[in-house]
Amino acid sequence: MLSKRIIPCLDVRDGKTTKGIKFKENLDIGDPVEMARFYYEQGADEIVFYDITASSDRRDIMIEVVRRVAEEIFIPFSVGGGIRTIEDMRNVLLAGAEKVSVNTAAVKNPEIISEGAKAFGNQCIVLGMDVKKVEPSEKIPSGYEIVIHGGRTYMGIDALAWAREGEKLGAGEICLNSIDADGSQQGYEMLLTPLISENVSIPVIASGGAGNINHMYDVLTDGKADAALVASIVHYGTYTIRQIKDELNARGVKVRMRW
Amino acid sequence: MIAIIDYEAGNLKSVERAVKRLGFACRVTQRREEILESERVIFPGVGAAGKAMADLTHLGLDKVLKEEFQANKPFLGICLGAQVILERSQENKARCLGLIRGEVVQFSQPLLSEEKERLKIPHMGWNGVRLLKKHPVMQGITAADEFYFVHAYYPMPASDDYVIGTTDYGVKFPSVIGYKNLIAMQFHPEKSGVAGLRILENFCNWDGGYAQ
Repeated sequence: MLSKRIIPCLDVRDGKTTKGIKFKENLDIGDPVEMARFYYEQGADEIVFYDITASSDRRDIMIEVVRRVAEEIFIPFSVGGGIRTIEDMRNVLLAGAEKVSVNTAAVKNPEIISEGAKAFGNQCIVLGMDVKKVEPSEKIPSGYEIVIHGGRTYMGIDALAWAREGEKLGAGEICLNSIDADGSQQGYEMLLTPLISENVSIPVIASGGAGNINHMYDVLTDGKADAALVASIVHYGTYTIRQIKDELNARGVKVRMRW
Repeated sequence: MIAIIDYEAGNLKSVERAVKRLGFACRVTQRREEILESERVIFPGVGAAGKAMADLTHLGLDKVLKEEFQANKPFLGICLGAQVILERSQENKARCLGLIRGEVVQFSQPLLSEEKERLKIPHMGWNGVRLLKKHPVMQGITAADEFYFVHAYYPMPASDDYVIGTTDYGVKFPSVIGYKNLIAMQFHPEKSGVAGLRILENFCNWDGGYAQ
């Protein structure tokens, strides 16, 4: 049977990761290529890079990172952040990424999903969704609203409706990031994740809130997520990917155990 | 030299990078002479069967691939390249190359797991392969190894004789098929870590011989 995927997420600014891996010996590495290789060798099933480089004229630095990563790791990886045009998508995919993730650009211009899917195939297009909990209303019946600018701007779009729309437009996967849970280490979003996962046919990656392995177990079972994104808990050395997988496997979650 | 067939379908570079990393010379090409001169052929691709066949025909590569198969050259099909080698596909009702008898079929909906849970389509992520036959290219692969899949259709050869391995996703579908000098897999060995690289390396060293 299909395994649940464990996916480390690396934030990259100007070609450097913003959080180095802190190993037990407190070694700090800021090179995204080295970090990608480290997680690849540790048994990551996929890697997500999120480019938070502010100025667009420095985006070629990220393309160079993608090119170097593609030489080093032989598992799928995706790149998100700052993808605004089909040309941006093409550059990232040609440099060797398996998938591109669109978030803000898709909210502002949903056609980028369908155009990207048509040009490169649905499997290449990940719809990134940043969501925040709100009072359910006629406009936001699910009680979760799409936000941009790191949660500062509410878009008046219902998260479930947007997920369905994204699938219809041709997204091959959804990465659902809870702004409320992000960085909290208090667990993934456990209401919206299963709601969306059961209402679309494409895989859903849960993002934001992982603090321990119980959280991961919960979101991959009751939460119906197909994959779990991890950041701090692996970057800060709380757990290795191996430890996460060993424990999930012992608790009956199907994960890839040999690499 | 290994020819990686370029028909403008998907991520050919990742196959090229993996083969080069293993230390084998290869070239992404659509030139007939270069393909005919190669010692082995890799036929990758992602996308839809209809467009792939139209592009192959337009480039004259459909004939070249048939010739290469008949010339007993080691031939590896990957993903879409493991589908369009059959006679026809349910996707776009495409007429395909016909190197192996059979057709490409769609996962039936709703697709349910043994626990009766609804399974998503496409089949995306890591899954194992149960080997039904020994094959030189699958040497060293065990039931614990997993491979990266992303597809909504799968190859269904006309005879079980062609099925080398199956994968379980609601149905047990043929995920590795082979016939004579041809071996093809639905997953992406170039994206499947060490186990996938092992398969590519085995292929690069394979003489094309296979006793069914």
